[in-house]
Amino acid sequence: MKAMAMKRLLIAWSMVALASLACSTLGRAQQVTYERIRNAAQEPQNWLTYSGSYSGQRHSGLDQINTGNVKGLAPKWVFQSGALGKWETTPLVVDGILYGTAQDNRAFALDAKSGRPIWEYQYIFPSDIRPCCGRVNRGFAMLGDKLYFATLDAHVVALDARTGAVVWNVAAIDYRKGYSFTMAPLAVKNMIIVGVSGGEYGTRGFVEAYDAATGERKWRFYTTPGPGEPRHETWEGDSWKIGGAPAWITGVFDPATNQLFWPTGNPAPSNRAAQRVGDNLYSNCLLALDVDTGKLNWYFQYTKHDEHDWDSTQVPVMIDMDGKNLIAHANRNGFFYLIDRTDGKLIFSKPFANVTWSKEKDAEGRPVATKESSPTLEGNRVCPGAAGSTNWMSPSFDPQTKLFYVNAREQCDVFSTAPQEFEEGHAYYGSAYFPSDESLPYWGALRAIDPMTGERKWEFKHVTPSWSGVLTTAGGLAFTGDMEGNFIALDAATGKALWHFQMGGGVVAAPITFAVDGKQYVAIAAGSGLFVFGLP
Amino acid sequence: MVTVSVALSVRASMPWSQLSRWMRFPLLGVLACLLFVPRTIPAEDKNPFAGDAKAAKLGESQFRINCAFCHGLGARGGGRGPDLTRAQKKHGSSDKEIYRTINEGVPGTAMPANGTTSQGVGMTAEEIWEVVTYIRSVEKKATPTGDVAKGDALFHGVPGCATCHMVNGKGGRLGPELTSIGAARSMDSLVESVRNPNRRLAWGLIESTKEFPQEYLSVNVETADGKKYSGVVLNEDNFSLQMIDMGQQIHVFEKDKLKACEISRESRMPAYDAKTLSDKELEDIVAYLVSVSAGATASSE
Repeated sequence: MKAMAMKRLLIAWSMVALASLACSTLGRAQQVTYERIRNAAQEPQNWLTYSGSYSGQRHSGLDQINTGNVKGLAPKWVFQSGALGKWETTPLVVDGILYGTAQDNRAFALDAKSGRPIWEYQYIFPSDIRPCCGRVNRGFAMLGDKLYFATLDAHVVALDARTGAVVWNVAAIDYRKGYSFTMAPLAVKNMIIVGVSGGEYGTRGFVEAYDAATGERKWRFYTTPGPGEPRHETWEGDSWKIGGAPAWITGVFDPATNQLFWPTGNPAPSNRAAQRVGDNLYSNCLLALDVDTGKLNWYFQYTKHDEHDWDSTQVPVMIDMDGKNLIAHANRNGFFYLIDRTDGKLIFSKPFANVTWSKEKDAEGRPVATKESSPTLEGNRVCPGAAGSTNWMSPSFDPQTKLFYVNAREQCDVFSTAPQEFEEGHAYYGSAYFPSDESLPYWGALRAIDPMTGERKWEFKHVTPSWSGVLTTAGGLAFTGDMEGNFIALDAATGKALWHFQMGGGVVAAPITFAVDGKQYVAIAAGSGLFVFGLP
Repeated sequence: MVTVSVALSVRASMPWSQLSRWMRFPLLGVLACLLFVPRTIPAEDKNPFAGDAKAAKLGESQFRINCAFCHGLGARGGGRGPDLTRAQKKHGSSDKEIYRTINEGVPGTAMPANGTTSQGVGMTAEEIWEVVTYIRSVEKKATPTGDVAKGDALFHGVPGCATCHMVNGKGGRLGPELTSIGAARSMDSLVESVRNPNRRLAWGLIESTKEFPQEYLSVNVETADGKKYSGVVLNEDNFSLQMIDMGQQIHVFEKDKLKACEISRESRMPAYDAKTLSDKELEDIVAYLVSVSAGATASSE
């Protein structure tokens, strides 16, 4: 019954795709070159890559919508994905066309001014895929006239941006072993970079690059070193084979040093570390990889031997300030880190949310876990909880206010172990967590942090923790959403809410802004709708 | 723990994919060979592990991983999910029905599909049956000692339960609807909710897909023109509030237009001590709620 309904749905979708292909007159060629992405700041009317630019700042130079007139912002159009579940996409906008992915590996191209579909596409995946956390996808990368996305059955796919037709489709790895992709790829030079999901299945994480033209794999960097490789000894016995350390969020790229900075996830199994004694490198790391070869230049580990599922899969933000080349990273473990990106040395770490797991720092300034925070069979209450002080939602850095913005979660959980044997392709948590009796309801706040000191400048409280990313603009605004369905514009300097709109669906995505014909718009996915706002 | 380390040492010498699940547990593996247990347990109507203590133990682990977040440790009910130690389940009490509830979830509630046939980190049929076996091992038969008829009269009488709570379409709506509560919560937790309603407010009484269910927080509001409203929060976001006042009228307010808006975790429900409601009377009310819920739950096949 289920399969029949699915089949019918798929047929309907392909018909829609065909019809729009036949009638489309908008199939003009667009060329997103590497140079254009490198210089994304020079064309703020477009949103060319996941975080808006290679820096990961998610900041736009557009200022037509600003603190003075944002009160008049109103919905211009809504696109319904037609699918259920969390819609986590960041759309791209290139020369008047909006390209997005949706739940269930759907994809579409819309006229960015009107929301009218140019083409729609449904990737067909097997019924036994292994996504840990919903049939989600976070978006496209674009290079030349092709769009690239990575699928729930661990394929990397190139589509013709004019038609949505598949140009190439390669299997990165066998999804039946527990691998999937959820992140938006990153286009660099002639390559498409992806990082794998599947840390809940006892997989072996990796970051890899494909030739954008052919789909041929150029390199793969495994996040758990095998025998003979440096730091293999940070894993007990064979635990590296199933050590997780996935790489499921889009990293950033520094053209000046030719390096990718890519964050990695937690070691597996997440809360039961008895069989993986050691630091478990490169789980919960920031990796500095040579983009041409995938060679590791340096790494920084945020959480050694993690026992709380605190993936470090947050977008690391490149900031150049006071003559220093830095990375700012608000981590799921509750600490804000400032790192020198020339050598990976920590400058400081400081909590940005309620943290109980660490009381002291090591010689390098990294937080050290207390013995009491280690999960037991009975369970220990630890803050932050399993979902962390933040999660994968994109932060933003505003060069005007010089502040770093992140949606923080205030949540504590009881962490406990749950003995479980490994079986390939099957969920491998080895852990359990639940709210303790004393736990007050979770709450959250958008926090503005001075990245040079870690000091909080202001916060805007949410009723429940938000899963929304943040966008800042030259109009002096910070945009974010909440789980209650609001899209909110705040004064980036003060945190005062200046405007909001109730969209009727929770936000589990990040906002973008773009302009068409000289008019600025702001877009965000909420529920099953992609909402686009503009001034009257 | 022991079995897992055995598994790891076996793995070192053999390719993973060649090892069946059963072979990784040498003891169970031998047992499996002797009993010709198939590797994959089909989704049968009857629990193949019924009464098997070992399966219950494995099921307990699966329960902790997949279920305890909502249903609590020991299946005694948690922030969202019902107490599963009750023999009577809201969505069906037979093996087949519990299997279906776990495997497919319950549409319209926070209960997701947990089988491998659906999205997410799924449990195999075998693991679901282990969880069913575990749940059976912790079930306690609810045998209310109170008098149902007296409880009915009390519920709708002087103590005033029905002023705020609805059962079978009769009563108020200031507090949670209680028609099936007798099947969703243990008798102990029902008693506690009456004696000490502040402890958790309505924790877990409402099945909601929001991060947090409605908690029946108390609210006092004063509008710009000086009108005052007291009642219970229906829902709230950063900018607005929907509440139901003591007269059971629903209002929506923009928070920034209010002169005052106080939300507190003190329950509107009075704490009934033994003077206002004797232990015997409370037993009668619990017996009434359990009896009502029996008619409200899905029928066993």
